Amino acid sequence: MLQIEGIHKTFNPGTVNEVRALQGVSLTLNQGSFLIIIGTNGSGKSTLLNAVAGSFIVDTGTINLADHDITKWPEHRRAKLIGRVFQNPFSGTAPTMSIAENLALAARRGKSRGLGWAVGRKGHAELRERVRTLNMGLEDRLDNAIGSLSGGQRQALTLLMASWLKPDLLLLDEHTAALDPKSAEQVIRLTHDIIARDKLTTLMVTHSMQQAVNLGDRIIMMHRGRILHDLQGSERARARPEDLLTRFEDIRRREQLDAPVAEMLQNFYV
Amino acid sequence: MTLLIGSLTLGLILALLALGVYISFRIFDMPDITAEGSVTLGAAVAATLMVGGHGAVVSTIAATLAGMLAGALTGLLATKCRINKLLSGILVMTALYSVNLHVMGKSNVPLLNEITLATRAEQFGAALFGTSGDLSIAGWEVGVRDASMLLGVLLFIAFACVALYLFFRTNLGTAMRATGDNPQMIRALGVSVDMFIVFGLAMSNGLIALSGALIAQYQGFADVQMGIGIVVLGLASVIIGEALVGTRAVGMLLVGTVMGSVLFRLLVAIALRWGLNPNDLKLITAVFVFAALVMPTLIRRFRTTVPTPAKAA
Repeated sequence: MLQIEGIHKTFNPGTVNEVRALQGVSLTLNQGSFLIIIGTNGSGKSTLLNAVAGSFIVDTGTINLADHDITKWPEHRRAKLIGRVFQNPFSGTAPTMSIAENLALAARRGKSRGLGWAVGRKGHAELRERVRTLNMGLEDRLDNAIGSLSGGQRQALTLLMASWLKPDLLLLDEHTAALDPKSAEQVIRLTHDIIARDKLTTLMVTHSMQQAVNLGDRIIMMHRGRILHDLQGSERARARPEDLLTRFEDIRRREQLDAPVAEMLQNFYV
Repeated sequence: MTLLIGSLTLGLILALLALGVYISFRIFDMPDITAEGSVTLGAAVAATLMVGGHGAVVSTIAATLAGMLAGALTGLLATKCRINKLLSGILVMTALYSVNLHVMGKSNVPLLNEITLATRAEQFGAALFGTSGDLSIAGWEVGVRDASMLLGVLLFIAFACVALYLFFRTNLGTAMRATGDNPQMIRALGVSVDMFIVFGLAMSNGLIALSGALIAQYQGFADVQMGIGIVVLGLASVIIGEALVGTRAVGMLLVGTVMGSVLFRLLVAIALRWGLNPNDLKLITAVFVFAALVMPTLIRRFRTTVPTPAKAA
């Protein structure tokens, strides 16, 4: 279970580059829930993910995950609870190391790393089995360097690595945005299968309205560092891509009024 | 023949230094200039302890530990204090110059009558070959001293390479390699990148100080100037090694680095024999490393500006 309480984050405070990325975000995510985050550019959706992952420490507010207050934990400590897939397919794997070595690294996520063999003979067999589930023929190339694979294959492996130890929370940051349509579809199917099989609590950021309505059981829409809409239950079930786009259009129209005019209208009509 | 054996032996000892540079430069992608101070630190600590009556093995181990300490310090400056990595190395290197002078008490410590690892190797060789005079190997006259030192160093390096290779295949070792390969990924897998940089630099400088301690025992003195230009020399060995083996596999790269170090030392010996002014040696080494670093980019640029039909596939 993930509990976020009123988190704020301002980058470069007090300078011309000041960005109020998160302005009081609160969110409770139940065990096994699969939440999709959509939003305009710069709305803070990736920042929210990074705040949970620990890429930076939030200014105010608290983050609780699996009964731990992780607000002040450094990133590598949170990794014990969190599996993560990045937007860039090159971010999630070590290119000069073999597939087997990368998976072995993931198999010890958040655990102590001693002088035992990283890839033993017994481990190798298990790696083969799990890589076979990807249906990409990679199980015969376990000793190849990951750098020689395509973006889609690397992203599929990263997904496998992130979910290897069944994390308390899985973070997916637009993980198909940099892939060609066919690979993206493959990775999305894989995402769905893994999350459904292991019942992983998941936060996924996406730009694709189609993905938003096809996956997950809850959608939040962010704008300017706040959560604007939160679709759950029957409202979520009825949501179609067009509805989401209409809400975006609403935001855009509202943006065209400047603040004093909006206030005046509000005083008149609300 | 003595020249050949001499440069082989020195090349193998410097291979330890090259392995240290390989760790900092290739694994952590950080040109760590601490090496210039820690190689001298290793020599100084070992020589001073031996002159003070300590055993050769103990002194060599102490030298290695001192080097590890220096490397860890650079790592702490770079990570905990967020100082630019190159500058952290420069700070520690500069500080070590004074430290080394304090350790030795003067700028040069000779090891004339002390029992060093070189003496040990000589005794071992005399027992092995049954003579302390000259040996005849394939028609060449070789001093037992030279031959046994080469043999001893060869065994030592082989052991070091195997140990490093095995280490890089453990959970700890793969995590260390991944730290340099993709810090973002390994952080997301629960590894403190800062801690691994400190640890890796300690390991790197431990090897480098060990190399310094062995150089001092081989040549019979420690000198406060001996570290100058040593990083570039290590880089040259690493680069030659990569060209020799032509792969990114760790085991091959370790072997390649050792071969690179030996080959480089042989080239230097030949060049000096042909009448190269020793003063020009560092200049030539620097130019060589410069060329080796720039060449791949230049070649690529040349290839892209001149389109070749064969590339179209």
